[in-house]
Amino acid sequence: MSPTMLGIYVFVLSCFVGYHVIWGVTPALHTPLMAVTNAISAIVIVGSILIAGVDHAELGSGFSIFIGFFAVLLASINIFGGFIVTNRMLMMFKKKKVSLYNAKFKS
Amino acid sequence: MLNLNPDIFAAMYLIATILFIFGLKGLSSPKTAVRGNVYAMVGMVIAVITTLFHPDVKNYTWIFAGISLGAVIGVIVALKIQMTAMPQLVACLHSFVGLAAVLVAFGTFILHDAARQVAGQLETVLLIEIIIGSIIGAVTFTGSLIAFGKLQAILSSNSLIFKGQHLFNLFLALVMLVFSIQFVYSPGVLPFITATVIALALGFLLILPIGGADMPVVVSMLNSYSGWAAAATGFTLKNNLLITTGALVGSSGAILSYIMCKSMNRSFFSVILGGFGENSGGDSGEGSALSQAVKKGIKSVAPEDAAFVLENASKVIVVPGYGMAVAQAQHSLKELYLFLQQKGVDFRFAIHPVAGRMPGHMNVLLAEAEIPYDSVLEMDEINPEFASTDVALIIGANDVVNPAAKSDKTSPLYGMPILDAYKAKQVYMVKRSMKPGYAGVDNALFYYDNCALIFGDAKNVCLSLLAALNGT
Repeated sequence: MSPTMLGIYVFVLSCFVGYHVIWGVTPALHTPLMAVTNAISAIVIVGSILIAGVDHAELGSGFSIFIGFFAVLLASINIFGGFIVTNRMLMMFKKKKVSLYNAKFKS
Repeated sequence: MLNLNPDIFAAMYLIATILFIFGLKGLSSPKTAVRGNVYAMVGMVIAVITTLFHPDVKNYTWIFAGISLGAVIGVIVALKIQMTAMPQLVACLHSFVGLAAVLVAFGTFILHDAARQVAGQLETVLLIEIIIGSIIGAVTFTGSLIAFGKLQAILSSNSLIFKGQHLFNLFLALVMLVFSIQFVYSPGVLPFITATVIALALGFLLILPIGGADMPVVVSMLNSYSGWAAAATGFTLKNNLLITTGALVGSSGAILSYIMCKSMNRSFFSVILGGFGENSGGDSGEGSALSQAVKKGIKSVAPEDAAFVLENASKVIVVPGYGMAVAQAQHSLKELYLFLQQKGVDFRFAIHPVAGRMPGHMNVLLAEAEIPYDSVLEMDEINPEFASTDVALIIGANDVVNPAAKSDKTSPLYGMPILDAYKAKQVYMVKRSMKPGYAGVDNALFYYDNCALIFGDAKNVCLSLLAALNGT
């Protein structure tokens, strides 16, 4: 099996996993879902690192390193921004639970 | 650097993948969601650290520079952003993934091209993967920028469409295909850049005609594209982690787009073709909103009168929409919620799936205002409740409560599932003006006997309601 064919196998099976996992997400959390998938899709940082980290004495050039650096930068903004904003939103949903308990205890 | 067995990398990437899946699974309930997010973060850390040990990575300066600068920007933006601006932020971040995918495709090509002098011919499959990765990334990039511009109101949210646009797009796509084929047969920087630039133009042209009301679909769709872009990058790099993760994100966005389309009773195709939601309704011109309403025979009431009815109600349902987000009314709405709940009123919120500008937008805003999530119900859960409701208070929503969607076969909204607010004994709609909703359709609910309008900005109306309640 060629690497590409193997990739297609992995891809198709992952789509099925995604399908089942995502339908389980409660609609109330669809915005955090988008934010976290955003952070996760910044996994392209792996590719960016491989380009930025090439020893340019051997192979790359200043230009390819700049491209790699820029790609790492963009992906990194996404990772930090995405995860933190997701966390911020989820804490709001969580806080609610606590305050509700308090309300019940008080009454 | 350590000389690690490739299987160790594969194993670490597998662990990262599993953590991502558990992360998404955590979102099935607000109780497990925070933990899920932590799983996903750990997965990302494992993926990045593992990659830093890759034998091809020899120069760390620019990697660490990129990561640290990105961390600073990302943290600041994430902590400062207002919850009402989430759709813009998400669109903006999608564009980054798209651009990063283009850069990775281009960088991979340059490196392989440089290595070609040593290793000989480049593989055809690799070239196909590179150009596909770049094209998907480019469309995601400019498409998301346009969506960002529309959401941030830099661009008009109206549908911008010119004659023959779809044919022109098709023509561009064909030209892009020709250059892509040329790139595969005689690899070079020029055909690569040409095909990518056309893809960038296509991204612009595809999103430009889509109107404001369809933004939830567009944002979900671009979410999906950013996933496919990551997966395509995975094919280029023969990296299963990227393929898997991209597929997860891609299917997530696709499912959200499907849910959004279904909630608007529109086919995905018709959303993509655009042209819906042109503000053709011309009655926004002369005369105050009030006089327009009187002319049309629509009742309006003062907040004080509505407050009296609210106070004597035993069951109230609030239907929030984009207008609540624009006016930042969620916090004063929460005061209203607390006040009336204390008086023993059964006070709940009804969320239509496409309320706001992105899936789940209203839920986040209400959560921000610390309204307990079990008082916030989805359409299917709450619809049977309207018949036994005393007051339905509609704040900044319009099309999602338009009964014409059920009864009027000629309405463009016909067939769209709506919140049955019209069944409540009394309906109050808080509106700033008589402008129709984003679908450009007049709301049949205005003319119902049990419906009255309260004119004003959502936040101010909530505050006047509160003041009136406190006064009595």
